[in-house]
Amino acid sequence: MNTRKTEILVGLFIAAGLAALFMLAMKVSNLNIYNNEAGYEITANFENVSGLKVKSAVTMAGVRIGRVSDISFDAERFEAIVKIKIESQYNTLPKDTSASIYTAGLLGEKYIGLEAGGDEENLKDKDKLKLTQSSLVLEKLISRFVDSFIDKDKSDK
Amino acid sequence: MTDTSTTSSTSSPLVEIRNLSFARGNRMIFDGIDMDIPRGKITAIMGPSGTGKTTLLRLIGGQIKPLTGTIKVDGIEVTELSRSALFQLRKRMGMLFQNGALLTDMNVYDNIAFPIREHTRLSEKMIRTLVTMKLQVVGLRGARDLMPSELSGGMARRVAMARAIALDPMMMMYDEPFTGQDPISMGVLVRLIRELNDALGLSSIVVSHDIEEASSIADNIYLLSGGKVVAHGSSEALHNSGSEWAQQFLKGLPDGPVPFHYPANDYAEDLLSTGNSK
Amino acid sequence: MLNYLQHLGASGLSFFQRLGRAHILFAHILGGIPSMLPRLSLVVHQIYSVGVLSLLIILVSGLFVGMVLGLQGYNILVDFGSEETLGVMVSLSLVRELGPVVAALLFAGRAGSALTAEIGLMKSTEQLSAMEMMAIDPIRRVLTPRFLAGFISMPLLAAIFSAVGVIGGQLVGVGLLGVDDGAYWSQMQDSVDLYDDIYNGVIKSIVFGVVVTWIAVFEGYDAIPTSEGVSRATTRTVVHSSLVVLGLDFILTAIMF
Ligand SMILES: Nc1ncnc2c1ncn2[C@@H]1O[C@H](COP(=O)(O)OP(=O)(O)OP(=O)(O)O)[C@@H](O)[C@H]1O
Ligand SMILES: [Mg+2]
Repeated sequence: MNTRKTEILVGLFIAAGLAALFMLAMKVSNLNIYNNEAGYEITANFENVSGLKVKSAVTMAGVRIGRVSDISFDAERFEAIVKIKIESQYNTLPKDTSASIYTAGLLGEKYIGLEAGGDEENLKDKDKLKLTQSSLVLEKLISRFVDSFIDKDKSDK
Repeated sequence: MTDTSTTSSTSSPLVEIRNLSFARGNRMIFDGIDMDIPRGKITAIMGPSGTGKTTLLRLIGGQIKPLTGTIKVDGIEVTELSRSALFQLRKRMGMLFQNGALLTDMNVYDNIAFPIREHTRLSEKMIRTLVTMKLQVVGLRGARDLMPSELSGGMARRVAMARAIALDPMMMMYDEPFTGQDPISMGVLVRLIRELNDALGLSSIVVSHDIEEASSIADNIYLLSGGKVVAHGSSEALHNSGSEWAQQFLKGLPDGPVPFHYPANDYAEDLLSTGNSK
Repeated sequence: MLNYLQHLGASGLSFFQRLGRAHILFAHILGGIPSMLPRLSLVVHQIYSVGVLSLLIILVSGLFVGMVLGLQGYNILVDFGSEETLGVMVSLSLVRELGPVVAALLFAGRAGSALTAEIGLMKSTEQLSAMEMMAIDPIRRVLTPRFLAGFISMPLLAAIFSAVGVIGGQLVGVGLLGVDDGAYWSQMQDSVDLYDDIYNGVIKSIVFGVVVTWIAVFEGYDAIPTSEGVSRATTRTVVHSSLVVLGLDFILTAIMF
C-alpha cells in the first residue's frame, strides 16, 4: 500500500470524524445557543414551577427571547425563584412585564411566556418580575373541575 | 551484561547446556541433557520428529524456560535474564524458523530492513545498502519488491535467512532449513549455511532430519531421542561408530532403538477398548 | 454430577485465567504507548485498516438507520400532532444510543474480527515468535499501534454515524414526509444538550472503542495457533465484544442519563 495515499486517506478520515463531531456540537446541540446568549438576567417568583426546567424556553408573543437559567427555592416564602436570561438585543421590555408558565401542546414541555405591560421604564439586569402566574398542574385542574361538578350537584338539590 | 560475555575465552563453547530438563504437560521432552555448541563451527542437531528439536532452539533463545538445568550462551545464563537483557542477547542471535515466518504485510525489502529499522537509527540510505548486501548474499536481489505470498518456500527461507543475519549476529539457529526443498535449492541452502558460517565468522546450529545434507555440512552432530542425547561427535566419528542409535538414524532404518510410535498404551488393548477411556 | 461440578469449576477457573491474561496484556499494551509517540506512522497505517476501511459500512448504516428513525418517528409522532419534534427524536436516539452502540457493533464485526484474524494468523505463522527472536516486543510493535488505532477511530466513526443519521432522518422527515425544515433543526437544537447528550455519547463511544479493540487484540494474541483456533477466536471477538458493548451501554446509560 502506497504510504502517501494511506496517510492522505487517514487524514481525510480524521477530518471527517472531527467535522461530524463539530456538526453534532454546532448544528444538533444547543452549543451555539449557549454562546450567543450574552444577555441580562431577571428573576421571577412563582408559586409552582412544576415541569419547568433549566434551559426551558422563555418567549414573548411566541418568539423565544431567552432561557431559564436557574431554578431555586425560597425557604421563607415557600416559592420558587426562577432566574431568566434574556438575550441582550431584547432590552426594551417594560418593567411591568408579567410571566406565566405555559405548556407546549397538551402534555408537552413547559415554557415561560412573557407579556409586556405599559410601563415607560425598561427591565434591567437583576430586576424582578412582579406579576407571575404558576404552572398548571394537571391534577389540580382535574380536581377543580370535578369539585365544581360536585358543587353543582349539591346546589341542584 | 554484554561485557561479561566478551571476557569469556574464545575456546569455551558458545552454548553450554547442563542437565537440562523440560516437560510439556506430563511428557518429559528433555530429561537431563548436556550439550556444548562450539564457536565458529556448524553443529547439527538431529532426531526423529517430535523429539523437541524446535523446543531446544526456543530454550536457547529464551522463549521458554526449562524445568531444571542451565543454558549458557556466550557465558550468559539465559534462564535467569530479565526481559530487556534477554532482548539484548537476542540481538546477537539469528534464528531461521521452520517456515520462514516472514512478516506477511511487508515486502521482501522491508522484511529484511525490519530488524535494522527497529534496533538502529540508521538513515534509509544506509539501510538500503545493508539490505541490498544481505539480499545479494542469499541471491535474491531481484526479488526485493515481492510480497512474501509471492515467494516460493525456498525463496521465503532465503529471505528469512537474510533477515536473520541483518544485524550481524554471532550465532545462527536454523530450524529444518532443508525440508520441502528441491535438490537444487537444497544445495543452495547447504552452501549458504556453510558460506555464512565461514565468511561471517558465525557459529551455527542446524536442526534437521535430512541426514545427508546435515552430515555433509556439520562439523559436529548431536543425536537426540527420547529426551536424551543418544550420540554425539564429529560426523565421520558417528558414521563409523558402533552406536545402534547412530546407525539407525544415519541409515534411516525404520525400526531400531528409535521407536516409530509416539508413546502410547498397548495397541491390542487400545483396539479392544470400547472407547470410554479417552 | 461431580463431573458437572468439575466442569463448572474448570471453566470458571479458565475464565478467570483468561481475564487475568487479558488485563496483563492490556497493561503491556498501554506500556507501549510512549514508544509509539515518535512512530506515529505505524498508528496511521493501522487507522487506515481499522478506521478508513470501516467508513463505508458506517456511512451506509448510519444513513439508513437515520432514515428508518425518521420514518418510524414520524408515524408515531404524527398521532400526537407533534411531528415537528421528529428532529429531537432522531437526534437523541442517535447521539445517545444508536450512534455509539450500532457503530461499535459494526466496528466489532468489521474491524475487530479483522484484527483478531490478523494477529492470530501472525501468531500461528510464527511471525510473533520471530519478532521475539529478533528482540522486538511483538506486543508493543504489533498490538499497541492497533489498539491506539481502534481507540482513535471508534469515536470518530460513531460521530460520523450519528451525523449521517441525523441527515438521513432529515431526508425522510423533511424531504419525504413534509416536516418543516426549520422545526426539525430548531426543536433539535432546543432539546439536545452538548454536555448531557453529545458529550456523554462521545464518552460511550470512546469506552466501546477501548473495549472492542482490547477484546480483538487479546483474542488474536491469545488464540490457539491453528486455523481452527484463529477462526474460533475471531468468532469470540464478535460475540464477546457485542455482548460487552450492550452490557456496558446499559451500565453507562444508567450512570449518565
Ligand atoms: N505448545 C505445545 N504444547 C504442548 N506440547 C507441545 C507444544 N509444542 C510442542 N509440543 C510437544 O513437544 C514435542 C516436541 O516438539 P518440537 O516442535 O520441539 O519437535 P521437533 O523435534 O521440532 O519436531 P519436528 O522435527 O517435527 O519439527 C512434540 O512432541 C509436541 O507434541
Ligand atoms: Mg520442529
